Amino acid sequence: MSVTMESCNCVEPPWPADELLMKYQYISDFFIALAYFSIPLELIYFVKKSAVFPYRWVLVQFGAFIVLCGATHLINLWTFGMHSRTVAVVMTTAKVLTAVVSCATALMLVHIIPDLLSVKTREIFLKNKAAELDREMGLIRTQEETGRHVRMLTHEIRSTLDRHTILKTTLVELGRTLALEECALWMPTRTGLELQLSYTLRHQNPVEFTVPIQLPVINQVISTNRAVKISPNCPVARLRPLAGKYMPGEVVAVRVPLLHLSNFHINDWPELSTKRYALMVLMLPSDSARQWHGHELELVEVVADQVAVALSHAAILEESMRARDLLMEQNVALDRARREAETAIRARNDFLAVMNHEMRTPMHAIIALSSLLQETELTPEQRLMVETILKSGNLLATLINDVLDLSRLEDGSFQLEIRTFNLHALFRELLNLIKPIASVKKLSVLLSLAPDLPEYAVGDEKRLMQIILNVVGNAVKFTKEGSISITAFIEKSESLRDPRAPEFFPVPSDSHFYLRVHVKDSGSGITPQDIPKLFTKFAQSQSLATRNSGGSGLGLAICKRFVNLMEGHIWIESEGLGKGCTAIFIVKLGIPERVNESKLPFVPKVPTIHGRTNFPGLKVLVMDDNGVNRTVTKELLVHLGCDVTTVSSGDECLQVVSQEHKVVFMDISVPGNTDRVTKENCLRLGMDGVILKPVSVDKMRSVLSELLDQQVVFGAQ
Amino acid sequence: MDAIVQLQRQFVDYTTSLYRDGFLDDQFTQLQKLQDESNPDFVVEVVNLFFEDSEKLLNNLATALQQQIVDYKQVDAHVHQFKGSSSSIGAQRVKNACVAFRNYCEERDPEGCVRCLQQLKREHYLMKSKLETLFRLEQQILAAGGSVPMMT
Repeated sequence: MSVTMESCNCVEPPWPADELLMKYQYISDFFIALAYFSIPLELIYFVKKSAVFPYRWVLVQFGAFIVLCGATHLINLWTFGMHSRTVAVVMTTAKVLTAVVSCATALMLVHIIPDLLSVKTREIFLKNKAAELDREMGLIRTQEETGRHVRMLTHEIRSTLDRHTILKTTLVELGRTLALEECALWMPTRTGLELQLSYTLRHQNPVEFTVPIQLPVINQVISTNRAVKISPNCPVARLRPLAGKYMPGEVVAVRVPLLHLSNFHINDWPELSTKRYALMVLMLPSDSARQWHGHELELVEVVADQVAVALSHAAILEESMRARDLLMEQNVALDRARREAETAIRARNDFLAVMNHEMRTPMHAIIALSSLLQETELTPEQRLMVETILKSGNLLATLINDVLDLSRLEDGSFQLEIRTFNLHALFRELLNLIKPIASVKKLSVLLSLAPDLPEYAVGDEKRLMQIILNVVGNAVKFTKEGSISITAFIEKSESLRDPRAPEFFPVPSDSHFYLRVHVKDSGSGITPQDIPKLFTKFAQSQSLATRNSGGSGLGLAICKRFVNLMEGHIWIESEGLGKGCTAIFIVKLGIPERVNESKLPFVPKVPTIHGRTNFPGLKVLVMDDNGVNRTVTKELLVHLGCDVTTVSSGDECLQVVSQEHKVVFMDISVPGNTDRVTKENCLRLGMDGVILKPVSVDKMRSVLSELLDQQVVFGAQ
Repeated sequence: MDAIVQLQRQFVDYTTSLYRDGFLDDQFTQLQKLQDESNPDFVVEVVNLFFEDSEKLLNNLATALQQQIVDYKQVDAHVHQFKGSSSSIGAQRVKNACVAFRNYCEERDPEGCVRCLQQLKREHYLMKSKLETLFRLEQQILAAGGSVPMMT
């Protein structure tokens, strides 16, 4: 506030009475002005220094405001005394300006101050956040360090498979990592009722400490898989005698599961109830006021688990080493046994070979000389005696052969001689062999071969003959009167099975078929109890043995073995004593590929082919309504040397046929009938034979031979 | 000389393939055995006879099957004839087709029969062309001065 004094011409009074007040106001205004001018300067100086101040415009405004205020106060100085109008004008201008700027600044501050306050809030927030992150960093670092320790420990523990090393290393490393005073491992004893101090880090215990396993503190530790703090005074922790001023450090115990091989099942991890546990006890240094921290406990738990795994690996390794040693021992023993067995077999074979020769030579002598003796003049008693000698000799020879065969069959050194042979010829020979014997006993023998039975088969002809002979021989032997019927056919899936051997299931293939032979006799029959014994060697039922039946009882046993070698089956069915019996056997034979005359062995035993390779001039009549067939059949017969006339119908046939024609071939096509039915009808009507087309040269040849030799086509093929 | 060997080898290969693919079977071999100096063209003659016969039979079959009411007995008789001839010369596939045909005849299945007839015709013409090729090869060998190898 200024006082404006009117200017007058009077003498200027000196300072008025309130001059002091004025003086002070004057000085104050001066200082105010000074301050007001210096503040902006300071502001400018500091703002220039700092780079981050965002509100420069505000500063300018503020500066202007202050400057103007200062100016106002400065100008005020001049208004204390007399002042001209110019000063008044300047003063007014300054005030107006100041007013404007200050109002503007006031308005500006309304906007600025909340912003400035929020900056402060954010600063506080960020500080808090930073503190929190710091804390977390600390945690992570601790964890990472723990992890590093665990890995290192694990590495050390797992680097060996030796049990002792594992445990010792564990204790050492743990002790080092956690700076423990003592670390001990208690293992369960064999009985499982006590824990025994097995390993310690520092304390060498000469005496074996044991603690019963049923202590509550131990149960507490075992019942959880966490590390448990226990009292330093409990028996497992008291490893040294307490001495005076000890303030024992905190003790922690953790269980170590001892896993056995038997614990590892496929789907369940080992059960808790059956487990054995060891106990690991860790003690912090006494008088150190250290405490167990969470991450340290975690470390201990992890280590305990790793130790368990490492121990189980060691156990597995021990086990497998033991198993391997055992196997090696067994191997050696087996090898020895095998060599011994081989030696025994060799010795036996040598013996048999020698004996074979040694036994057979005298046998031959006996048999040969007895036969010779039979040819000479003998009295009836002498003849009887010689016959008995001969019979006994033969029996003995058969027995020797059988025994040798059987022993070879038993030890598996027997091999079938497989080759292609004539199946039909085999049966014919059998008949030739059996018929004379059977007719002596006034038994009729009937052989019937199925039409689809192949002419040639691949197998062991000699042994097959042996089988059939044996079976048929038995039939003849045990039949006093009646007939023997032999049927042979190809096994079909609907054929009857042996009720006692349901698992035998022959499956034919492209290269094999199963031959099935039934030998039925009307003889004495067999009781059901005796049937299983039939194939047992050396067993002969009393009811079967008559004075006249000889035999060692080996025959059927050998048959069975041959049949088995031929992948077949043999069995006997009988309805009881006096009701006859049927022997049935099935053997597997191969089907020869492309029956090739040049490859096949010349079959010497079939008498029909002997000497008959050609039929020169044989007058034959062929009737066939099919031109092609007629031509082919005619050429076949011409090739064999026949004189062939052909006709194409039954009527023509009747016209042409005469006494000169030795053979008439008639084509019979009866659609709808099977070949078998046709054949049966033909035979019934009196035809001498039926053959099925297409006919090969050989077939035609053999048919003609049979016709001419025996007036009948055998086997009806 | 080489040409003859070449032809002979071709002949052998071709014949082997015919056997392998089932066109011919053992009976054909039998026929070939019957052929000798006294009857040098036996096989060709028989085969031609067969094809003449079978043409007639096929026509008869076609006619029989086209009837309103099919006489299956007649059809069966024809097929039986066909089967007989084809098995006589060893035409295996033709024979098998006949066997199948007879089954359908027994079942009196008209569509089946027609199908079989088609099949039979196919097999027949196939056989014909194959055998013609075979005989042509034989002629070539003979013309070149060589001898036809015997198939064992």
